[in-house]
Amino acid sequence: MAETPLLEIEDLAVHFRLPVPLAERAMGRKPKVLKAVDGVSFAIGKGVTLAVVGESGCGKSTVARLIAGLYRPTRGRVAIDGHDVTAARDRTRALRRRLTMIFQDPQASLNPRWRVRDIIAEPIKAFGIAGDGQETGRRVDGLLEQVGLAAADGEKYPHEFSGGQRQRISIARALASQPDLILCDEPTSALDVSVQAQILNLMRDLQDDLGLTYLFISHDLAVVNHMSDRIAVMYLGRFVEVADAAALFAAPQHPYTRLLLETIPDLGMTGRDREAVAGEVPSPIDPPGGCAFHPRCPHANERCRTERPELRTAAGSAAVACHAAEEGRLPPAPAGGAADG
Amino acid sequence: MADGAARPLLDVRGLKVGLPTRRGHLPILNGVDLHVKEGEVLGVVGESGAGKSITGLAVIGLLEPPARIDGGEVWFDGARIDGLSGDALRRIRGARIGVIFQDPLTSLNPLYTIGRQLTETIRTHMDLGADAAEKRAVELLDEVGIPAAASRLGAYPHEFSGGMRQRVVIALALCAHPRLIIADEPTTALDVSIQAQIIGVLKRLCREHGTAVMLITHDMGVIAETADRVAVMYAGRVIEDGTVAEVVRNASHPYSHGLMGSIPTIGERVGRLPQIRGAMPRVGAVPEGCAFAPRCPEVRDLCRAERPVMMGGKTTSAACWQYSPRWADSAGAAGAEAVADG
Ligand SMILES: Nc1ncnc2c1ncn2[C@@H]1O[C@H](COP(=O)(O)OP(=O)(O)O)[C@@H](O)[C@H]1O
Ligand SMILES: Nc1ncnc2c1ncn2[C@@H]1O[C@H](COP(=O)(O)OP(=O)(O)O)[C@@H](O)[C@H]1O
Ligand code: SF4
Ligand code: SF4
Ligand SMILES: [Mg+2]
Ligand SMILES: [Mg+2]
Repeated sequence: MAETPLLEIEDLAVHFRLPVPLAERAMGRKPKVLKAVDGVSFAIGKGVTLAVVGESGCGKSTVARLIAGLYRPTRGRVAIDGHDVTAARDRTRALRRRLTMIFQDPQASLNPRWRVRDIIAEPIKAFGIAGDGQETGRRVDGLLEQVGLAAADGEKYPHEFSGGQRQRISIARALASQPDLILCDEPTSALDVSVQAQILNLMRDLQDDLGLTYLFISHDLAVVNHMSDRIAVMYLGRFVEVADAAALFAAPQHPYTRLLLETIPDLGMTGRDREAVAGEVPSPIDPPGGCAFHPRCPHANERCRTERPELRTAAGSAAVACHAAEEGRLPPAPAGGAADG
Repeated sequence: MADGAARPLLDVRGLKVGLPTRRGHLPILNGVDLHVKEGEVLGVVGESGAGKSITGLAVIGLLEPPARIDGGEVWFDGARIDGLSGDALRRIRGARIGVIFQDPLTSLNPLYTIGRQLTETIRTHMDLGADAAEKRAVELLDEVGIPAAASRLGAYPHEFSGGMRQRVVIALALCAHPRLIIADEPTTALDVSIQAQIIGVLKRLCREHGTAVMLITHDMGVIAETADRVAVMYAGRVIEDGTVAEVVRNASHPYSHGLMGSIPTIGERVGRLPQIRGAMPRVGAVPEGCAFAPRCPEVRDLCRAERPVMMGGKTTSAACWQYSPRWADSAGAAGAEAVADG
């Protein structure tokens, strides 16, 4: 129970100040602020996969970048194994080594001029993991094989590989520093489904073998369902629902979660009719007041328009940020969610 | 199918497209067979590079040179349209075949208002005065779900969100009451909740107007909810053609079967996803015989020696030797060679 979570974030937020065009600055226009992430909290235990899901622009990648220390948070806290690593100067090498990242586009994250061998060796050298060059070489070979490539592939350059193989290379590099936690930002979104299956299976195998913890970011609920133990649903920079994966799909609470489940095209739904969902995600600059979802919500009332709902513990392990859920005036979750075919 | 009367609305037979390069001729489509019946939604699916877009472009005569049709036939509404002159094709396009691309901006002129683009298109195809055309434009925008349509006629494309732009493109494509709409990944760039709206609009309007749709997408979920029939493409050919329920739940071709199995769903959780080894061959490296042979768990010598044509029953056919009487006679498994994954 009292075990320290591997990763804990608390009220994490980053507000970007958008540049004001010169002409408008002369007129005294103040810079606009974009609250990309505005107070999110969660804890991930060792060996667990927590997914962050939501539509593009809701702040998923920014959460990962905040955790990785690529942005300085406006407020909030990031802790690894109970050590606060929020401020850049406190990010000791040892802690940073324990956390790596893989991205949607392996093409962009692999240096095209380096041989694969050198790409994978780089973190091994940077963190002084191997005793000598020979051991580094052995480790690189082992990593390549671990991700389903051959040791000989190390001599090639990234462009000689297909998209799926390049993602394997970036996974090998991510594993090179022997991390506990991998932040995975849409790792299969650019891949075809048959290759996606290969990569998702590889990630699961690696998790089982190495006891890895994943923060798994995706816009694809079916992939998230397959990969995660716990799921945070994000909308305009905030979590609206956090629940165990099975519970979230069986009994979605927040109206936005229900909307997502309602709208996702799924193989089980041949011939289904629908056009129920209205509206689009509003601009994150000057988002709607109160509950940011209220312009699209069928259950919105006056309170929703003025008072922002906080995440509150609801049924079981779930937490929901919705007045209607709190007041008990939401209709019961659609039986079996959108999951039945 | 000898006479025009029995032909489906769109009938593509043995379509070959190739690209002359410095290193020789590069075949891109290796004999595509598909058809779309009146009022039907045909889903064309397959992984990237399978030849879906090239098929759509070849049908409407929009291939970018030097890519060109090397063989086969395209019949539309009883007439052969491959080989027609640019002008003749342009007349068919717009009036009888509407086109929707992934990026709505390819179909919209950034310099003209939405209202002007709609009324001009309407008036090229219908004998309407300015006022009547404007009224029709508002009706169309209304139909595709643009709120306060009348007040948006003066807006420019950049003032619309991606989802709203795609709605305008659908309105444009519907202007002339086409018989067929070819939509190439119309929702791929959109978020799921917007995608659902766009698919809903497309489906409803085509049903109401009796328009047939050739819906090209890599997203099986979209196909599952939208299409009546599905053509699965692999390495420049259609390798399975069947009703949506059959292809999704009980595919005949080993590739389609593997593909459906590898897609995670929200309905069930499995430990591991069934996966197909390897990856689709690149253009120019497609093996002789069955293009799927290097990855197929069922492969036999026959598969490597000869290319299977479409075979099978009334509702589903597949380009796979297993559905040939010759399968029983063919020698036992030859064992798949090792293939690199992904
Ligand atoms: N460096 C930045 N400066 C300004 N705005 C940013 C920056 N990074 C992200 N944003 C904005 O923050 C919001 C969230 O972005 P992101 O985290 O990339 O979303 P997601 O990954 O969910 O698609 C978007 O509106 C995006 O435009
Ligand atoms: N102009 C071109 N030059 C070279 N190859 C091309 C060209 N156009 C298309 N191709 C190739 O043809 C194949 C089919 O392309 P496409 O129809 O766009 O696939 P899909 O739409 O199924 O993803 C791809 O392998 C692509 O690389
Ligand atoms: S707080 Fe109100 S507007 Fe927001 S999701 Fe709940 S019911 Fe809807
Ligand atoms: S023809 Fe042979 S190799 Fe090709 S899909 Fe059928 S069984 Fe497999
Ligand atoms: Mg992102
Ligand atoms: Mg395409």
